[in-house]
Amino acid sequence: MSELKKLILIVDDDQDYLEQMKLQIVQFGFDVITATGREEGEDLLKTTKPDLAIFDLMMESHDSGFVLAYKAKRMYPDMPVIIATAVTTETGITFKVETEEDKSWIKADLYLEKGIRGDQLHREINKLLKL
Amino acid sequence: MMEKLKVLIVDDEPGIRSGIERILRNYTVGFPFLDEDFSFDIIEAATGEEALDIVNKESVDIILLDNKLPGIQGIEVLEELNKMKIDAAVMMITSYASLDIAVKATNFGAFNFVPKPFTPSELKTAMEGISKHLFLKRMTKRMKKEGKEIRFQFLSVLSHELKSPLNAIEGYLNIMQDKQVGDNINDYMAMIDRSLVRIKGMRGLIMDLLDLTKLESGKKTRELKRIDLGEIAKLAIHTIEPLAIQRNVKLNYDADDELIITADAEEIEIILNNLLSNAVKYNKENGEVHFNIKKKDNAVVLKVEDTGIGISEEHISKLFQEFTRIKTEKTRDISGSGLGLSILKKMVDLYHGTVDVQSTPDIGTTFVITLPV
Repeated sequence: MSELKKLILIVDDDQDYLEQMKLQIVQFGFDVITATGREEGEDLLKTTKPDLAIFDLMMESHDSGFVLAYKAKRMYPDMPVIIATAVTTETGITFKVETEEDKSWIKADLYLEKGIRGDQLHREINKLLKL
Repeated sequence: MMEKLKVLIVDDEPGIRSGIERILRNYTVGFPFLDEDFSFDIIEAATGEEALDIVNKESVDIILLDNKLPGIQGIEVLEELNKMKIDAAVMMITSYASLDIAVKATNFGAFNFVPKPFTPSELKTAMEGISKHLFLKRMTKRMKKEGKEIRFQFLSVLSHELKSPLNAIEGYLNIMQDKQVGDNINDYMAMIDRSLVRIKGMRGLIMDLLDLTKLESGKKTRELKRIDLGEIAKLAIHTIEPLAIQRNVKLNYDADDELIITADAEEIEIILNNLLSNAVKYNKENGEVHFNIKKKDNAVVLKVEDTGIGISEEHISKLFQEFTRIKTEKTRDISGSGLGLSILKKMVDLYHGTVDVQSTPDIGTTFVITLPV
């Protein structure tokens, strides 16, 4: 059975984190494109519609991920967006995207702590892609 | 010991106000690093106008602010509080917050958001967070006033800078442990190389931090004596040469004779190492560095000119701030701690000297340091 692989966009300013995520997600059986900043991510989105996107929260500025998520959702409202960050362990501020209220202001479908286990990540991605 | 924090609840629904009051009435917050616990005194306001009246008259520690109010909106109250420079931590309670409001509120200094409806335990967790924030903020302020140079901002950025390479290396090691790309060690070489690069970056950061700590604590014993600047310059060139060869950058050096100044040799070496390593690091393939030292009236002038990537005007203003790394496409693969130039500036200040930067993107950058003698 041949089926087109789902395409996942990852945006993170840490090139090593990006590499590691890419490796992991390619192993899940997805195609991956990457960008290292908000603007680069926006440019990519103009020409390509991924099936799912994963954004780092703190890149050029502390809310780059939110802004990117907001813009991405405006372009492709049906594309699931994951915001991945280590912000909780560093600042103690927690974000959750569980209730409808949260979703209305954080334009993401899921908020993930960096360092999540591979199988968990795989499960979450499958869930969002309805696989 | 118990310290009371005054909490102002701004919400037009009496039910919400009394609900919060009930939850917080017998609630206390304690931290392992604190001797005293916090408890909460509640004041209520039904409108934004009323809330502003209250904070004008009495000091308030924490404000729980609903965004949707009958008169002026929560975000406007926040804006007003911001203008009044009120020393209170604000938490927005809101049933619907858009990204716009969230970003705006953060810019106006809101500490965080609690979505409505919330459970008692959600509110308690939020109050714990905000009390800690308030305490740390005030302690920082007090310490600044007392001249103690403990900077939480600095420490939190520092921990981020130290954790990122650890996370990266840990990630690569996990991949290797699980043999995720197979049994052939050669397939892991790029990961090993990257791990080594991150370790090197981290070591650089730690070395820079040591320089900075010595500088800031004032404990570094300065050894001021007559030294030959030319000798130290040669030493610095010697240090940077391997990197210059590796990057194929040509180093040119020219100096006046008898550059004897009174200074601490180690400090001057740090200044020169910083200047030269930047000039090489941010250069182009086949680029050049021109380094010269001249005597001029009652000063020596050190000039380091490179043919590198340059710095935009917008970025020059941020150049000497701690942990500032200009993040662009061109600097992406260059490692740095973000501390070098802030150290350099502090060192030059010790000599009542000046640092001037001139730069044209894609053409190059010139640093001129003038040290009075």
